[in-house]
Amino acid sequence: MTTETKSMETVAGAKRRARAGTFSRVLKYTALRSVTMIITIVIGIYLTILIANMGGYVDEIMRGQIRENVGLILRNQEDYKQLSPEAKHVRFEREVLDEEKRLGLDQPFVIRSFKFLRDGLSLNLGRALRMTSDTGSRQVRLIILERLGPTLLLMGTSQLLLFFSSVYLALILSRKYGSFFDRVVITLSPTSSAPSWFYGIFMILIFAAILRILPFGGMIGAPPPENSFEYALDVLKHLILPASSLFISLIFISIYNWRTFFLIFSSEDYVEMAKAKGLPDREIERRYILRPTLPTIITSFALMLISLWTGAIVTETVFNWPGLGRTLYTAVGLYDTPVIVGLTIIYAYLLAITVFLLDFVYALVDPRVKVGGGQKKA
Amino acid sequence: MNALKNAFREIKRYPSALFGLVIIILLLITGVIVVIKIPYQEAIRLWRGGEGVWYQNPKTAPPAWTNWFTKDDLPPSYFLNLDDERVTKEVEAFDGTGDINYVMTFDYNYDAFPRELALFLTSDFEEKNPFVDIYWYQPDGTEIRVASVGLQKSQTFFFSQDTKLRRRLGDVAPEIGLFAIPDSDPPQVMKGTYEMRLEGISFEESSDYAAEFVIYGQVHGVAGTDHLRRDLSVALLWGIPIALVFGLIAAVGTSILTMIIAAVGVWYGGWVDELIQRITEVNLVLPFLSILVMVGTFYSKSLWVILGVTVLLSIFGGGIKTYRANFMQIKESMYIEAAQAYGAKDIRIIFLYLIPRIVPLLIPGLVSSIPSYVFLEATLAVLGLGDPVLPTWGKIINDAQMNGALYNGMYYWIIQPAVLLMFTGLAFAVLGFSLDRIFNPRLRGL
Repeated sequence: MTTETKSMETVAGAKRRARAGTFSRVLKYTALRSVTMIITIVIGIYLTILIANMGGYVDEIMRGQIRENVGLILRNQEDYKQLSPEAKHVRFEREVLDEEKRLGLDQPFVIRSFKFLRDGLSLNLGRALRMTSDTGSRQVRLIILERLGPTLLLMGTSQLLLFFSSVYLALILSRKYGSFFDRVVITLSPTSSAPSWFYGIFMILIFAAILRILPFGGMIGAPPPENSFEYALDVLKHLILPASSLFISLIFISIYNWRTFFLIFSSEDYVEMAKAKGLPDREIERRYILRPTLPTIITSFALMLISLWTGAIVTETVFNWPGLGRTLYTAVGLYDTPVIVGLTIIYAYLLAITVFLLDFVYALVDPRVKVGGGQKKA
Repeated sequence: MNALKNAFREIKRYPSALFGLVIIILLLITGVIVVIKIPYQEAIRLWRGGEGVWYQNPKTAPPAWTNWFTKDDLPPSYFLNLDDERVTKEVEAFDGTGDINYVMTFDYNYDAFPRELALFLTSDFEEKNPFVDIYWYQPDGTEIRVASVGLQKSQTFFFSQDTKLRRRLGDVAPEIGLFAIPDSDPPQVMKGTYEMRLEGISFEESSDYAAEFVIYGQVHGVAGTDHLRRDLSVALLWGIPIALVFGLIAAVGTSILTMIIAAVGVWYGGWVDELIQRITEVNLVLPFLSILVMVGTFYSKSLWVILGVTVLLSIFGGGIKTYRANFMQIKESMYIEAAQAYGAKDIRIIFLYLIPRIVPLLIPGLVSSIPSYVFLEATLAVLGLGDPVLPTWGKIINDAQMNGALYNGMYYWIIQPAVLLMFTGLAFAVLGFSLDRIFNPRLRGL
């Protein structure tokens, strides 16, 4: 009796110890990854700044901002108001020059680029030249934040739907491969070479222009409904076409990829063994096919999320969806440099955060990380 | 080489791949013919030449083949000038003054009215300008006085803008009233032979004038026209070589450079490999499309600059990892060891022993990546960053979008480039897909 409890205790202790070990390993792995990720982000944003500034455009942003600020300050000064126009001009230019010196615009670019990097990293994105946010602010950060929601709504809906339905359908297809639907998916998978805006155009053509049952674009009808339920319903109605064009553009290839992937795994010996033992299909799928493929599934989910951030620029433009993508399009049209650079930095951030978060989840499910001390796997 | 021959034999077993191959060959042939028949300068002239090149075309007219699907026979546009046998010029000179008359006869047997009628008049005179009376005769002989115009050196008379004529026709738009059966409601076309007479008087010995009559129809040519009266067929045809060249160069450049980089990394190992891996990771964080947008906005929209940046940004893509994994296996092969033993140089091993082994793997990936680049060009054009000079499919779609083609029912404008894009993309995708199954034994039978 006593020996039995004792042995049980040791088992529990070993488990606890193992868990603590796992925890520290996951922590170590995460820390290592976050350090590399931060370095990656920094390099990525620095490269973005280099690309953007090659034509001196970041300098333009700074100079514009200085002129605006100096103008604002001077306008409120009593002695400045009394000056003649010429004297005003001289005074203004002198102040601008001083300010440029103070901000280091007279320094060589190498030094300044690091300042831009700091600003970019701290999301100090400056002021837009022409665009304003809905609340009337010219802060690039505010303009971008305002647009983040619609992008998240559109991309979140379509990509989550896409991901789960493709994995689910692929599991079914892998169980009965060679069937009619399987062949249909194989035949249709090359259609995914076309981007989503391309399908979007056809969707608009069919459902908005010819059938007239769904709106051409936008996120909300005009005037927007008062009632919040109707409001949500209206947004949903506007969401259908862009979300489904994003969905359609990728669904067949992802089902095909998953199905092939699952098929390769289900021909492994241990799956045959499980089948021979007479385990139910569902059990085999869960424990012998899904479990070992989980890290790969997560990696591909991460890659999908990455494509999610930048992928919808044209789709949003075609559908007039007020998200980040269309903001970029508008900014290009207006040559609003600070917004373009700001958006690129935000995209870089979002990509990096996505990669990092999914890396973390990866660490939780990948037995190699759990068991074998933080061995990195690309 | 044998592997390629076998692959070709295998392709025959995939009907979809054959279909793709046939389309690709057709596109290639058409592309070459287009470049020969419409040389670059000519294409630019036709697409960028200005009003003088396309003034005879109607605005946003659907292609002529849409007539097959409509109940009514819509008129195409045509023009009448002295080169045409339907136009006769009579000159009668008196001392000092002269009668210069043009008679234009033409059949109009369509079910719908034209969009617009225009008379392009040019004249030369010293001081006193010629004067022209325009008369219109319907098939039943009804005479309608159109207008009387004192000529300038060069002028265009748009029938629809003449308010007097409009009033004379009973407040009906001239392009309808002149062709309609009187008092028909809704207006119906009086079919038959029409005649237009220009009775001109010149007041100087050497004074003369020339006239060209353009009937702007409701359909035009094989591809229709856009908002600037440009014939879309030029851009649709020239889009073929551009799309192919962009797609092929980007795909080949990216794949081969990626492969070489992966091979170098694997062969040298150590910090070279490590560096390549890190660059790939950083590249993953760079927002590809927004950087292209930035380059397009700030520096150059030229197709070739964009092409270069695309290749540069795609080299360190996900492909490196796949190639790397394969090279890792090959690196351990016996024959590599043998090569090292007889003292082969690094370069020789990389280019003659490592890379050739991976070519079968490269080809399907290369072919399947072509559509993504073809569509990338279109994507940038739709964003308004298309090449400023060249006519491309993406630019047509962009123009159509800008002018609300879908809202206003001008579907042909978007559908034609979109269908061409789709066929091009699909052809390469289908072929690449089948090649993947042929070359990749793991997929065989799945």
